[in-house]
Amino acid sequence: MAKKKESTLINMLVALLVIAAVSGGVLGLVYGVTKDTIAEVDQKKNEAAIKAVLPLEGEITFKADTLKYNYEGVDLTFPCNLAFDANGNFKGAAVKTSESGFGGKIDMMVGFLADGTIKGTSVLSHSETPGLGANMTGKFKDQFIDKNPASYRLTVSKDGGDVDAITAATITSRAFSKAVDKAYKAFEANKAQFMNHKISPITKIMEGGLDK
Amino acid sequence: MSNNLQTFTKGLIKENPILVLLLGCCPTLATTTSAINGMSMGLATTFVLVLSNIFISLLKGFIPDKVRIPCFIVVIASFVTVVQLVMQAYVPDIYETLGLFIPLIVVNCIVLGRAEAFASKNPVFPSLLDGLGMGLGFTLALTLLGCIREFLGSGSIFGLTILPETANILVFILPPGAFICLGFVIAIVNKLKKESH
Repeated sequence: MAKKKESTLINMLVALLVIAAVSGGVLGLVYGVTKDTIAEVDQKKNEAAIKAVLPLEGEITFKADTLKYNYEGVDLTFPCNLAFDANGNFKGAAVKTSESGFGGKIDMMVGFLADGTIKGTSVLSHSETPGLGANMTGKFKDQFIDKNPASYRLTVSKDGGDVDAITAATITSRAFSKAVDKAYKAFEANKAQFMNHKISPITKIMEGGLDK
Repeated sequence: MSNNLQTFTKGLIKENPILVLLLGCCPTLATTTSAINGMSMGLATTFVLVLSNIFISLLKGFIPDKVRIPCFIVVIASFVTVVQLVMQAYVPDIYETLGLFIPLIVVNCIVLGRAEAFASKNPVFPSLLDGLGMGLGFTLALTLLGCIREFLGSGSIFGLTILPETANILVFILPPGAFICLGFVIAIVNKLKKESH
């Protein structure tokens, strides 16, 4: 067995410095190698989420934008992807939204048709209790599909709304509904400008593409 | 060789980190809501444990006693971050369910405990075996707890539904259920150990 170095100041400094420097170098290397793959995975996840929440027929061009809305006295911005068909008509939007759940922030994406009908919801990231609140990614989120919040109240039935809450996860259900509500209101408040803003086929190419 | 074998097997049952040494209970209680979560957490920890044991054993002559803890932690934290980045890039699905708990491996007492108690005093190969044995023992205990809790709480094992939803006892996938299960499993293991003596 090798003899231990004595704990002199120089030895301690050198040991810590060398270990920290080598660790830093290795981490930098691994980060460099995995960075692009991670970005790619995120991008793919984002694209998949857009397609999942806004399944549209035909040739669709997406354009990244942001929606501004004052929700309950707070100014919020919602990143979104606007969908236009081949003739440049506004078809709908996939809006990113979030709300504090039981275990932390729930990041979501909600797809709306031009008339405000919810086409799908998707949870991008969350830290809800596995087996309870985390079940929102199953049956719970599908009940929003094809509902129009103009006639569908986006609060859980316990609070007088139309949403069936997850058993024993009311806080998560409330947060989910509120996030959808935020996105809907922001979408409704902003959509008029997109309706009139037809994009021509030429600018379409330039403006096209998904946001990162 | 029999010595090496003993170094490896002691982590599995005799000195099982969870059921006997009661080390690293924080991730145990938090991640065993389902069998697959428990197992993935166990395997990720095993990976870090083996690598950190090897490197700390290699570095033991270089690290002065007084600064050994910060040195160990830096080594462990680096491996955990490597695991996290690699998982994020190549197995994003598992990362999604476990992401929150991966950084917690750094503060898992087993990893630091084995570095301090074994790897810093033993050669490389036994340290590797010790890490592997302890890691697999940890994985075994976590998978067992995960199975029990998932079965009682969600009526399934490894995602396969066995009992109808009405038979689920919700408390078992909540934190109190974790303590209850762990208590019972430890009691049973103690009883079995006593009888086998």
